Amino acid sequence: MNSKTISRIGIYAFLLSSAAFFLIPVYIMVTTSLKGMPEIREGNIFALPLDPNFSAWAKAWSSACIGMACDGIRGGFSNSLTIMIPSVLLSVALSSLNGYALALWNVRRAELLLGVLMAGAFVPYQVLLYPLVIMTRTVGIYGTLPGIIAIHVLFGLPVLTLIFRNFYASLPTEIMKAARVDGAGFLQIYWRIMLPMSTSILVVAVILQVTGIWNDYLLGLIFAGRDNLPMTAQLNNLVNSTFGEKEYNVNMAATILTAATPLLVYLISGRYFVRGITSGAVKG
Amino acid sequence: MFSFRAKLPALLTIALTTVVAITILLVAISWTGVISATNTQLIPRYEFVGMTQYARLFATERFHVAFSNLFLYGACFISIALIFGFLLAIMVDQRIRLESLFRTIFLYPLSMSFIVTGLAWQWFMNPTLGLQHFVRGLGFPDFTFDWLINPDKAIYALVIAAVWQSSGLVMAILLAGLRGIDRDIWKATAIDGIPAWRTYVSIVLPMLRPMVMTCVVLLAMAVVKAYDLVVALTKGGPGNSSDLPAKFIIDLTFERANIGMASAAAVMLLVTTIAVVAPYIAYSFHKLRR
Amino acid sequence: MSVLNIVNLTKRFDDVSVFENINLSVREKEFLVLLGPSGCGKSTLLNIIAGLESATSGRIEIDGKDVVGLEPKDRGLSMVFQSYALYPTMTVRGNMSFGLQVAGVKRDEIKRKVDKAAAMLHLTELLERKPSQLSGGQRQRAAIGRALVRDVSLFLFDEPLSNLDAKLRTQMRGEIRKLHDTLGVTSIYVTHDQVEAMTMASSIVVMKGGVIQQHADPQTLYDTPENLFVAGFIGASPMNILKGKLASRNGQLVADCGALQVDLSRYHFKRPPVPETPVMLGVRPENVKFGAEPGNGYTGATAKIDYIEPLGADTLVWTTVGDEPLALRVEPREARLDRQQMPLSFDLDRLSVFSPETEQRL
Repeated sequence: MNSKTISRIGIYAFLLSSAAFFLIPVYIMVTTSLKGMPEIREGNIFALPLDPNFSAWAKAWSSACIGMACDGIRGGFSNSLTIMIPSVLLSVALSSLNGYALALWNVRRAELLLGVLMAGAFVPYQVLLYPLVIMTRTVGIYGTLPGIIAIHVLFGLPVLTLIFRNFYASLPTEIMKAARVDGAGFLQIYWRIMLPMSTSILVVAVILQVTGIWNDYLLGLIFAGRDNLPMTAQLNNLVNSTFGEKEYNVNMAATILTAATPLLVYLISGRYFVRGITSGAVKG
Repeated sequence: MFSFRAKLPALLTIALTTVVAITILLVAISWTGVISATNTQLIPRYEFVGMTQYARLFATERFHVAFSNLFLYGACFISIALIFGFLLAIMVDQRIRLESLFRTIFLYPLSMSFIVTGLAWQWFMNPTLGLQHFVRGLGFPDFTFDWLINPDKAIYALVIAAVWQSSGLVMAILLAGLRGIDRDIWKATAIDGIPAWRTYVSIVLPMLRPMVMTCVVLLAMAVVKAYDLVVALTKGGPGNSSDLPAKFIIDLTFERANIGMASAAAVMLLVTTIAVVAPYIAYSFHKLRR
Repeated sequence: MSVLNIVNLTKRFDDVSVFENINLSVREKEFLVLLGPSGCGKSTLLNIIAGLESATSGRIEIDGKDVVGLEPKDRGLSMVFQSYALYPTMTVRGNMSFGLQVAGVKRDEIKRKVDKAAAMLHLTELLERKPSQLSGGQRQRAAIGRALVRDVSLFLFDEPLSNLDAKLRTQMRGEIRKLHDTLGVTSIYVTHDQVEAMTMASSIVVMKGGVIQQHADPQTLYDTPENLFVAGFIGASPMNILKGKLASRNGQLVADCGALQVDLSRYHFKRPPVPETPVMLGVRPENVKFGAEPGNGYTGATAKIDYIEPLGADTLVWTTVGDEPLALRVEPREARLDRQQMPLSFDLDRLSVFSPETEQRL
């Protein structure tokens, strides 16, 4: 065996063991969710289910007890959906308009404004939470759906504005000139020329927001109100606060259900997902 | 270039979004700062008490645990994630088969909520049901993996879960960087007889410096914000041994109703963040100016 | 009656001056070309006329109305860009209709205008295609079409043909000029290509370093350039420039260029010439010939032939006179290498005399 083959083997060994590392938690969750409780108590965490069935899943979805109510986690699912859809739409729309204005309309100190906005993205939530609670309470949207949506829009603004602004700045400059000579104004140019050219970056932005908002825990917990608790919050309540014996199979099923939506988005969008995360990484 | 009338909608948009956002952020930050100097418990009471809250803060054991954990956790997590992510990127870059599959596997944790990650690893690390139980069942009765219930080790449990979640990001960023490197460099080092590992360390890594710094900043942000993971994996325990500032502050605010002290802690967290991020910002500003 | 009047226009970026106090009038139906090397300020001037950039000071009047501060759409002009700048997500028809839609024109009126312009530019079959489905030349025509559909009094062209290959460029040149002649709309055209300028313009403004060097019709520019720069810039083969001084020979004014003595009696000086003034004498290759007849411009000099460049219709012969090179254009059969030394004659009606320090025409 020459050194090249050895190194090839080494590479694959590393890759495969890394893959195993990444897949173990999912494996455990899936297998455990398909087992019955007795089997879980007896057996080991890596064993395959003897009699796989989805009863734990059904229970997690519609009858598991979270706090007082025993309606399963489906309420959380619809809450997350209700929070996510308007938040994504609003934040993407607002940020794209904002990025477009900053990029193409020769606003003085646009760079400075963007920089300060970006700095806001670095600030830990905890520094802002209590004042935001008071502010939302004063306006009357604390603990309501509009409240959590507003919060998500606010926190999404820095990164999204940045990626939209960079995108619009990279378009050929003469198109803007032609549009102005054609007589189009701010909104017209945005709506009829820039927006149609933005499909790729819109996908990236939507993915970024869908993942971020669906996976959010803290903001939803604080600002959404008890009736609108997102799935992540309900999941944590289900698993970490139930009394009596923990039904691991139900808990894991609930976890998988919570993770399913963003995971699906990830699997479908592939390359765009990576672009989304790394665009969050492109600073200034 | 643009007449004012034409620019007006643009200025309005920016005013209503960016300026409003910046204003809210600045007001919120200042407010927290103000409250940290008051005696607020649950509702704002503007009796100024100077640095009393800070004094109380520094006398609180939990504060010290949380902040020392922050640096410990931060250092471990960032270094391991960087190294592991870099190795993953290098391996994936080797023209392997099933590259897309591997990339998909390494990246999917990024799509998970920290709650999900925390819960998944909680089960894996569960002494009675998880890894320890499994390995003992294989015939190693003395094998222990009780990090979750071990006050000295709990913080490292967080590190493992966080590395699992975020190494993929490092890999994605550095892979893009690797792919952007001129392939001829490898020919040059081959001719000069430089071993591969040396090339990576001495030549490639310096070329990737801006991307590495981006990773460091992103990871550092995740460290400072780490809350969900703690809640799901260890709940800060056992006791407060795996506590982190974010959780400490939230607990003070919402469970202990000690907002004055929470605000002081928040200000400390902000100061820490600025201390870490400011050099990076200064550096990129400096480079932009060039 | 002038369509466009530029009065004392100045443009500065911070401390850098692009141009100062430019004055220019464009008459109705003129095809004016702004010609100059890169960086001379011509594109900036065009952008300012269009309203895409603002001037530091000065006035711009279009159809008698002061347009400074007005948005492009309020100035009554259309523009064609170097990169075409077609909207990529719209069809050709969409591109051409957009400006009219913004202006609120009725839909059937728009269709009528677009169809008419498309017919003029042979775009009718391409109307439903998107820009990515068109060739370079087709895109350029579409861009012209977009400018055509609006009722404007001024067309602006910003180096529209630079991105096309040579053959297409020649073809488009003719089409644009024909279009202009048919429609009779005043046009301002920016280019760095002097051939383009010479073939298309009814009037050329030569610019260098933000200063207008000369504003005249092509032939005047060619025959009587106002300074050395224009002399060298215009014309496919460069003007021969010889150093010398004014002198009196037998009562006649000549340019004493060492070996060459050039009779300047037929030259129109702007101010009475002073003997002994140093001059630069300019003569185009086609105005130099072999010959030794005294009354016919004989210079008294013999040139040593170095090499010849056959150009097809005629041949460029490179010679040395004294120490300086001199080029002549002669008919192919006259160009001979075997005769190493040939006498030179200049066409005395086609000379240019410049001052060496000011570089201006005397």
